[in-house]
Amino acid sequence: MLKMFVVGVGAFAIATTAAAADISGAGATFPAPVYAKWAEAYKAQTGIGLNYQAIGSGGGIKQIKAKTVDFGASDKPLKPDELAASGLYQFPTVVGGVVPVMNLPGIQPGQIKLSGQLLGDIFLGKVTRWNAPQIAALNKGVNLPATPITVVHRSDGSGTSFLFTSYLAMKNPEWASKVGASDSVQWPTGLGGKGNDGVAAFVKQTVGAIGYVEYAYAKQNRSTYALMQNKAGKFVAPNATAFAAAAGSAPWLRSPGNYVLLLDQPAATAWPITGATFILVYRNQENPANGAQVLKFFEWGYNKGDALAASLDYVPLPANVKGLLKKQWAKSVTAGGKPVYVAK
Amino acid sequence: MATTELASPRGAPPGHATGEVIFRFACASAATLLLVALAGVVISLFIGGLPAFKTFGLSFLTSTTWNPVTEVYGAAGPIAGTLITAFLSLLIALPLALGVSVFLVEFCPVQLSRPIAIAVELLAGIPSIVYGMWGLFVLAPWFAAHVQLPIAMSVTPGSWIDKVFSGTPNGANIFTASLILAIMILPYMAAVFRELFLTVPPQVREAAYGLGCTPFEVIRSVVIPYVRRGMIGVIMLGLGRALGETMAVTFIIGNAHGFPHSLFDSGSTIASTVANEFAEATSDMHTSALIALGFVLFVITFVVLAIARLLLREAKH
Repeated sequence: MLKMFVVGVGAFAIATTAAAADISGAGATFPAPVYAKWAEAYKAQTGIGLNYQAIGSGGGIKQIKAKTVDFGASDKPLKPDELAASGLYQFPTVVGGVVPVMNLPGIQPGQIKLSGQLLGDIFLGKVTRWNAPQIAALNKGVNLPATPITVVHRSDGSGTSFLFTSYLAMKNPEWASKVGASDSVQWPTGLGGKGNDGVAAFVKQTVGAIGYVEYAYAKQNRSTYALMQNKAGKFVAPNATAFAAAAGSAPWLRSPGNYVLLLDQPAATAWPITGATFILVYRNQENPANGAQVLKFFEWGYNKGDALAASLDYVPLPANVKGLLKKQWAKSVTAGGKPVYVAK
Repeated sequence: MATTELASPRGAPPGHATGEVIFRFACASAATLLLVALAGVVISLFIGGLPAFKTFGLSFLTSTTWNPVTEVYGAAGPIAGTLITAFLSLLIALPLALGVSVFLVEFCPVQLSRPIAIAVELLAGIPSIVYGMWGLFVLAPWFAAHVQLPIAMSVTPGSWIDKVFSGTPNGANIFTASLILAIMILPYMAAVFRELFLTVPPQVREAAYGLGCTPFEVIRSVVIPYVRRGMIGVIMLGLGRALGETMAVTFIIGNAHGFPHSLFDSGSTIASTVANEFAEATSDMHTSALIALGFVLFVITFVVLAIARLLLREAKH
């Protein structure tokens, strides 16, 4: 059934591609608004449109593997061996962050400080009250209530959950061994809300709740966020500068296949739960013209899309990372041994 | 039997042979297409779910572990959640639907009954996502503040009331999900009940009134027995909708994969699990487990409809 579905959607995508010479892509929902905004501006300049289906990262990976779209999009980078096995190449486009949000009457945004280890213990259900000694130790001078903690997590499989659980697994050994990291995991405690708005609604409705949402969502809703301790030991607030610092200090040059998680980066101002969203294309393009169109579109996004991305609360990649990636394209995406497009 | 055969001749009547053959062929192919599509869905669900059935065997139905990280899947939680919410919602909706339809048919002034009937039918047409949003943003907070908190505050810990009603006070639980489902299937059931009651010949009803029956006695002993077969069918269709309802439930059931321990505990249903996880399921076994869930839901629905058929057959004798 799945195969039939994929073929059906693919046939539709091919039909529209042929008619309008548009670029076709499918995948992650997180970057869909920024791709839509870029596509609108890009079409106004070049006349070439983008048909992007926001069907989720899993769907995007399946679609590109079934070769029904020009590019797939995923919030979760594929591991180098999986890329090699499927002949795919991946590169990041924009950066986002995951923010722990709370509902504690009387507590201001940024007033509570948390560490990765502690956040893990809370989501494991080991720390059950807000005035527990572990929380109090990090928050001297804050009047912590005795309210029980209600954990809220995403119920749908999501890149946000992937980043969040990966971070907890890095910082909390018990989380790593008991739960692990994935788009959807077996949550030890708490209740699941559908999407960012589902999580935000449950947090808003439950006194003592803690959940996690994408940065743009926390910012637009003025949620009570927590400061997180990063690798340098500093407590930082979630904002564009902190995400850019994380993206800038990641080892892009030394990461085969661009498999980079921006979690827990060493920079002093880096937000620890940061992640990029990725584009997947074939290394060996059967249709070089389409492959070139995809790269041209994202080159335009890199060069001219920063302001549009920032207006939607996405964080652009640092300029040096973008330059590096553009150079990669010439040797990574080829047809018959020749680059399909050389970025200027 | 012979008379029925005479009454409905099987062969094409002479004179209009070509038209009749085409007509009959069109009807037959429509029916065949439906059957083929149904068989196609069942078979592809089964094939898609086969890896999960093979790997986990019977524990797919009995285990409550649903762990996409370690790739261990057991669907007892969603299966229980599906059955509990569906039957609970039926339990809530059935008396209400009966009340609405009896009022419309027996007691309501004629000028009022048509607008009310139209309103009920309109309610049946509201998309389920709208019910879900209303449940999440309106019903759940109200329920948490005015039902769950007072109960949680006043019960003695450990008593049976505490065991039945324990749960995080945020309104996302098995009971509120059933309530939303009940509201969703209620208008549909009420509308069809009303149509059914209207099929009772006025003479029969008036005869009962003539014998001195009260309205309650007329409904109980004349109207309901007259339409009993139809009613069972309606109930089963309502149950079918409750079993398969996805979006509204996903919003408000809390989406916890384990076995629900109380009425106010979070749970999940088969449909909500598939809706939550299908888009981001990247591993083959995860996808297969979700398709297998779809197959299980299909089997449950099929069993429900089969039971309805059995009940109908008994009612005939």
